[in-house]
Amino acid sequence: MDTQQKIIMISMAVVGTMFTRFVPFVLFSGKRKAPDYILYLGQNLPPAIFGMLVIFSLKDVSFLRGTRGIPELIAILFIFFIHRWKRQMLLSISLGTFFYMFLIQFVF
Amino acid sequence: MKKTRALKAAFLPSLPILAGFLFLGITYGIYMRSQGFSFWYPFSMSLFVFAGSVEFVLVSLLQGAYAPLSVLLLTLMINARHMFYSISMLEKYEATGWKKFYLIYGLCDESFSINYAANIPEDVDPGWFYFFVTLLNHLYWVGGASIGAFLGNHLYLPTEGLEFVLTALLVVIFLEQWFKEEDHRLSLLGLGVTSLSLLLLGKEFFILGAMVILFLLLLIAWRKQWTPSKK
Repeated sequence: MDTQQKIIMISMAVVGTMFTRFVPFVLFSGKRKAPDYILYLGQNLPPAIFGMLVIFSLKDVSFLRGTRGIPELIAILFIFFIHRWKRQMLLSISLGTFFYMFLIQFVF
Repeated sequence: MKKTRALKAAFLPSLPILAGFLFLGITYGIYMRSQGFSFWYPFSMSLFVFAGSVEFVLVSLLQGAYAPLSVLLLTLMINARHMFYSISMLEKYEATGWKKFYLIYGLCDESFSINYAANIPEDVDPGWFYFFVTLLNHLYWVGGASIGAFLGNHLYLPTEGLEFVLTALLVVIFLEQWFKEEDHRLSLLGLGVTSLSLLLLGKEFFILGAMVILFLLLLIAWRKQWTPSKK
């Protein structure tokens, strides 16, 4: 592949990404008001999306091989308790990450 | 003044992304260099594509045959979840003026999660807050990729496991939502449907599968005029 072809390939990735981000806005904003069911989705999807993203970020964890996802599960439980206790996002995120790093570098 | 206040308010919630994106960006830059690409590839790809998983996939595609259509289709598949973010941000991004284009352009997982979940202080302009969160995330990502591309393989990072910071961020945002809501059915639905889809469809297709199921279930809920019970 020459440089020009590589640039076209990369541009396709840009176009594809932007398509997924822009389409709802192009269809439903400004003069064309979003139909009822789209607004309903916009209001009710987010809790489900956050659940989806948690699983998405764990997709590469194997529960059958290696450490079997045990450090991830322990760290998530740890984050749950820290967050329920202090409700400080940055505190929970940083302690949770350090705890996970400690687990996989020294324990597992 | 308005901008400085918004930048200050946006910086704090963006800190976990600073850690996560710098780390992942550096990894990405190093990886691209190790595959024989010049500095400009990771630099411009992180700047223009700004969608991490697609960028990683592109590295191997760029070493194969010339196939722009496959790149397009694969990107649409990997990033389909972004449509859900846009649908959820329709109202929040409505009155942001010229910033709207960039807000949509930079609507990655992390920009969406922070901007949707943020409790923006009363004296901060939401439009500028969204703008700076998106811009900072973008800078962290391009910065990380550039550092990695510059340093190539001359870097040793005793940071095994740091990438977990992005999982931690998403877990905490999920928990924030969980503690805020009375009715946990939507949160559980997201976890359940996606896990099931991952088990049945595997890593490549599970997000698409989960999206279709969630979309249909919520359409049914809308037809039945269901709403989550409020606190």
